[in-house]
Amino acid sequence: MKFISFLIDGINLGSVYAVIALGYTMVYGIAKMLNFAHGDVIMVGGFASFFATSAMGVNPLVSVLIAMVVCTILGIVIEELAYRPLRNAASSLAVLITAIGVSYFLQNTALLIFGSAPKQFNSVVNIPMLMLFDGRIKISGETMVTVISCIIIMVCLTLFIHKTKSGQAMLAVSEDKGAAKLMGINVNFTIGLTFAIGSGLAAIAGVLLCSTYPTLSPYTGSMPGIKAFVAAVFGGIGSIPGAFIGGLLLGIIEILSKAYISSQLSDAIVFGVLILVLMIKPTGILGKKLQEKV
Amino acid sequence: MKKLTLNKQTKSNLITYGIIVIAYFVIQIMIATHTMSYHMQGMLVTVCSYIILAVSLNLTVGILGELSLGHAGFMCVGAFVGASFSICMKGIITFTPLRFFLALLIGALAAGIVGILIGTPVLRLKGDYLAIVTLAFGEIIKNVINVIYMGIDKNGLHFSTKDTVSLGMEEDGIAVIKGAQGVTGMPQDSNFTIGIILILLTLYIVLHLIQSRDGRAIMSIRDNQIAAESVGIHVSKYKLLAFSISAALAGMAGVFYIHSFDNMSSSVFDYNLSISILVFVVLGGIGSIRGSIIAATVLTILPELLREILYSISKDSNVSQVITNSRMLIYSIILIVMMIFNWSPEVKEWTGKFFGKFKKNKSGKKEVA
Repeated sequence: MKFISFLIDGINLGSVYAVIALGYTMVYGIAKMLNFAHGDVIMVGGFASFFATSAMGVNPLVSVLIAMVVCTILGIVIEELAYRPLRNAASSLAVLITAIGVSYFLQNTALLIFGSAPKQFNSVVNIPMLMLFDGRIKISGETMVTVISCIIIMVCLTLFIHKTKSGQAMLAVSEDKGAAKLMGINVNFTIGLTFAIGSGLAAIAGVLLCSTYPTLSPYTGSMPGIKAFVAAVFGGIGSIPGAFIGGLLLGIIEILSKAYISSQLSDAIVFGVLILVLMIKPTGILGKKLQEKV
Repeated sequence: MKKLTLNKQTKSNLITYGIIVIAYFVIQIMIATHTMSYHMQGMLVTVCSYIILAVSLNLTVGILGELSLGHAGFMCVGAFVGASFSICMKGIITFTPLRFFLALLIGALAAGIVGILIGTPVLRLKGDYLAIVTLAFGEIIKNVINVIYMGIDKNGLHFSTKDTVSLGMEEDGIAVIKGAQGVTGMPQDSNFTIGIILILLTLYIVLHLIQSRDGRAIMSIRDNQIAAESVGIHVSKYKLLAFSISAALAGMAGVFYIHSFDNMSSSVFDYNLSISILVFVVLGGIGSIRGSIIAATVLTILPELLREILYSISKDSNVSQVITNSRMLIYSIILIVMMIFNWSPEVKEWTGKFFGKFKKNKSGKKEVA
């Protein structure tokens, strides 16, 4: 019974990772860049929702929408100002270092504005706890909402990419930017759209993360962000179902190692998973192998 | 007349060494004439270790062309191994310079070996993946050292992951590493002169490597791995060479750094520290060794100088807090602006038009040293 409740905790954490990883994998798959700032966009989403509910007193669900709008705009602005100028840069290092810079910028701006003291985040989920087997297994409302919203997001994203024109444009851009441009696709717009969707998802992830673990500080997003990247690599970066599976597995691994091995070493174990995956199967569980061309 | 026969590279090297030596004498004069505050004197060891770290990271980022985000992890390995050695040998080797020299050597070796162990599987990866894996390794090293307890008594070394009691030591035993508390009771062997010697040693190793046949092989991998492979360069060997030397130098810097404190926990060597070092490299110019030295010095001294000046004007203790908080913000802006300014094709074209007439040599060659 104890094992099952740990497993449920793991699934809860894992589906938060999965939502974050979906954003990562979209941006990586299409723009071919590692958006280090994704974790910090999550934090901004959390703060937007926090201030919408506490300072403006809006309905929690409306606050999620506000957070999504804020993050979407932020994502587009970041892409426009920081990443777009470097899209055709000779070195891939340049855009990676810029992404780290953006991540630090968001973190430290939040630190100057909101201070380092963690804030108490009120859960946006208002569903009672589900009791099974005479209350021996408890499934919180947050867990159910997180898992369900994760599945909905995954299905919607898959449909969007395969059934709509913009989605097809994204696939084309990810295959070959130059050829996509010749086919009349607006590459800049498509990548901007990818960032907008990814950041919108980050807002949802931020609210879900803060609802499950109800503290909010400028550093809230950075660790889950990096772990979600591990999840995305684990599942096969660029693959949407891969991000989901990778996220769930990573959440379960983290909670089980916290419970049975050592709570201090759980982070080390999670990162150990990443290294093992990259050594054994660098393309991840559902990834495709790409041959490097000259 | 002899000087005229020096080639360009040797001249450039001599200038780099010269800057360090002149800086050393200027600072010694400042200390002797009391024109430098005690606070600033305390910063000298830190500045020296940051310079070594920046130069060694530049070897990975600028010369090998791979981004390592776990440099603080190698520093951490070196620091803890070196510090443990110093504490264990405190009573045995009483001649301090010898003990410190051995500590530096062992710390550098340990970090170098960890660098080889990590590098062997990881250097197959490239770009983003390598960056994230080095980040992961940095975190793993920090977390693992955070739970280790180590003690020494007459029976030898004892290890545990629980607490000091479970080490099961004899009465005369000393706990050397105490988990989250880190190491305590280190002899404070570091000083500015040793720092300058270590900087010169680092520069000698790095410049010598870069300007050798091996160095050119490493740079050819940076510029085009497939082309380098096709002319018979053993890619993984050279990658590992650069990576492990960079790790060993970071380990040496760690030993040097930790020996200026009485106690230190492994949580100091975190991701933020790795990023700070990266900022030094980026601001100084990726691939430019002299740039790294200058950037590390300026970015470490400037906030402290600003703090001192602002404090003496306003006498407000909040000033210190504001500077601490805004330091990383300024770092992040440096990262973004430097990258866009140096690498964006559009911005380059624009600056080329603007400054073009002032510059004669615009062949776009990458600077080496």
